[in-house]
Amino acid sequence: MTEPLITTPLRERAAQALGDRFLHEALDIATTRFIALRRDAFGDFPEGEALRDRARAIKEATLQRLDAHLETLVANIERLGGHVHFATTAEEAREIVLDIARRTGARMAVKSKSMATEEIHLNDALQAIGVTPVETDLGEYIIQLAHERPSHIIAPAIHKTKGQVAELFSRELRRPGLPADPEVLTKIAREELREKFLTADLGITGANFAVADTGTVVLVTNEGNGRMVTSLPRVHVAVMGVEKVIPSMTDLAVFLAILAKSATGQKLSVYTTLVQGPRRPGELEGPDEFHLVLLDNGRVAQLAGPLRESLYCLRCGACLNVCPVYRQIGGHAYGYTYPGPIGILLTAMLNGPASVRDLSHASSLCGACADACPVRIDIPRMLIELRREVDVRGIAPRSERIVFKALARLLRSPTLYRLAARIGRAAQRPFVSDGRIRALPSFFGEWTKTRDLPSIAARTFQERWRDLS
Amino acid sequence: MSVSAAAGATPRVALMITCLADMFYPEVGERIVRLLRRLGVEVTLPTGQTCCGLPLFNSGYHDEAAAVAARTVTIFRDAEAVIVPSGSCAWMVKHEYPGLLRGRAEAADAERLAARTWEFSQFLVRRLGRTTFESDVEGPLAYHDSCHLLRGLHEGATPRTLLNNLSGAAVVPLPGSDECCGFGGSFSVRLPEVSTSILERKLANLEASGARCLVACDAGCLMQIRGGLARRNSPLRALHLAEVLKS
Repeated sequence: MTEPLITTPLRERAAQALGDRFLHEALDIATTRFIALRRDAFGDFPEGEALRDRARAIKEATLQRLDAHLETLVANIERLGGHVHFATTAEEAREIVLDIARRTGARMAVKSKSMATEEIHLNDALQAIGVTPVETDLGEYIIQLAHERPSHIIAPAIHKTKGQVAELFSRELRRPGLPADPEVLTKIAREELREKFLTADLGITGANFAVADTGTVVLVTNEGNGRMVTSLPRVHVAVMGVEKVIPSMTDLAVFLAILAKSATGQKLSVYTTLVQGPRRPGELEGPDEFHLVLLDNGRVAQLAGPLRESLYCLRCGACLNVCPVYRQIGGHAYGYTYPGPIGILLTAMLNGPASVRDLSHASSLCGACADACPVRIDIPRMLIELRREVDVRGIAPRSERIVFKALARLLRSPTLYRLAARIGRAAQRPFVSDGRIRALPSFFGEWTKTRDLPSIAARTFQERWRDLS
Repeated sequence: MSVSAAAGATPRVALMITCLADMFYPEVGERIVRLLRRLGVEVTLPTGQTCCGLPLFNSGYHDEAAAVAARTVTIFRDAEAVIVPSGSCAWMVKHEYPGLLRGRAEAADAERLAARTWEFSQFLVRRLGRTTFESDVEGPLAYHDSCHLLRGLHEGATPRTLLNNLSGAAVVPLPGSDECCGFGGSFSVRLPEVSTSILERKLANLEASGARCLVACDAGCLMQIRGGLARRNSPLRALHLAEVLKS
């Protein structure tokens, strides 16, 4: 298990998020924009649908022979003079990176955006051994200054308004009175970061893909920071989930054609960085050492598990942007590293079914996520599967099980069903006026607090049928 | 439009009324029956109906859902065609019944039922070939895509065809028409604040559309949207498609 279980009920976390006016505004603006950009990008790209099918097929075929592709990847990276490490758990992954940091005498690490290093809580661990981690992606830089964690897979500071960022920079960077102007703020971040790039010993990245037959680690970024992180420091460490390996460069072309369109609506991201091992003799830039940490952390078990399809995920964030729940509560309310619909599946994968007891229900199952997913992961189906697991393993609250078992009993018997309608009609009488119910006690009050409930009809349709024939 | 799709014998259809329409919106069922009869369709109501089992299935109670599905399959075994007034229930029967009942005695019947089940607007347009109706309500109307009908059964165009061909009522676009209304079955009471917040977005879009009436093809969405409109004492209405088409 990577992360401790969160004990505050999801409903409270969500309510807190709903009460945050700034959060609401920031989310609404950003997700609405992402949705429109994605729609336009695919609208101008008729080949998109077929490429999505192709990408999905590549992922599936690769997972079927994951061990072989990983072996090829390892052999090729070693041939290029790089080192590959395999970490079964988050703790092992942290230890591998810390060992490299200690051995190379690192004091500062510059990082490009990486969810895998968030997943293993690498920054705290680095700090604890005296290595200062510096996030260099603008969004990550913002939340590091704010001592927060990413609230979106690709837009980690999506929950902040520009006004909040101006305040944060003014305070944390001791530059009082900064305007809420993205251009000014970005320029300041650039200035602050430039010096860090030049002094850091260690460059830490994730990886969007690793191409097995060439030993290439691929980073997809927009700010150019990924290039600096992989070329300026003495040592480059990339941390990557094992499922991100793909067989060939031809496959890479398929993914690159749909990844940025799904994520930000760009045809391609501004930078696509291909890293092949450490600097070779005669080359002017690049690190002395290159390390790839392959992270399992619950992934391998899902190769034959109910969450297998979630291993296709490209981490584009499209499912978050279209999710009605995410758009209301943002990423932090989910509580774990990965938010949104895919995040619930990944949380279950990393932390076990108990971690998603409530989270598996944080979806109306509207299916917008599956529709937006570039590799068509059937997220709603797996959420239902998780709900089932939570129920079968007895993790669901007892009261809930009793209610659903009773409902099942009722729906199996037309006699009980008719009786329930009669009892309901009698019981609702004190609460009905004008055919509507404005307040009900106990559990039903969860509905009537904000919405009217229709009353059970004086005669159900089945009772009226005889008059119709 | 011609009725050539239904050429030959009088079509016969069994109505799966669904629990929500049965208990809360019986008038929707009545209108469907009248409309179909006017179009020359013979309508039956197999006895002993309860619910399709979707609430159990979605909450992960699959053995229980399978038991309910098995009953439903048996009840509708002899029907030539089955018509369902809610996209989500139609989706349950068409998409989930075969998997739920695989390996059981009812498996073959479940496959057959799935193939013969139609959501209401689907049946009118695709089976009967009828697309032109008069409106029974004043416009402008706006269409809300229910999630299971749109993304489960891929029917975004069919209900719109019916609305766009209506005589007597204008149709206006609804911003974010393909976004969930926030109902989601038990979701609406497990996370009621989030569900309501999603609903508020839908209602704001409805108000911005200039429509006087929202039209949907799912009793779950209608319960949520009507519930929200009534609580706000809104003059706007939300109706089932069958309540809009003159029967």
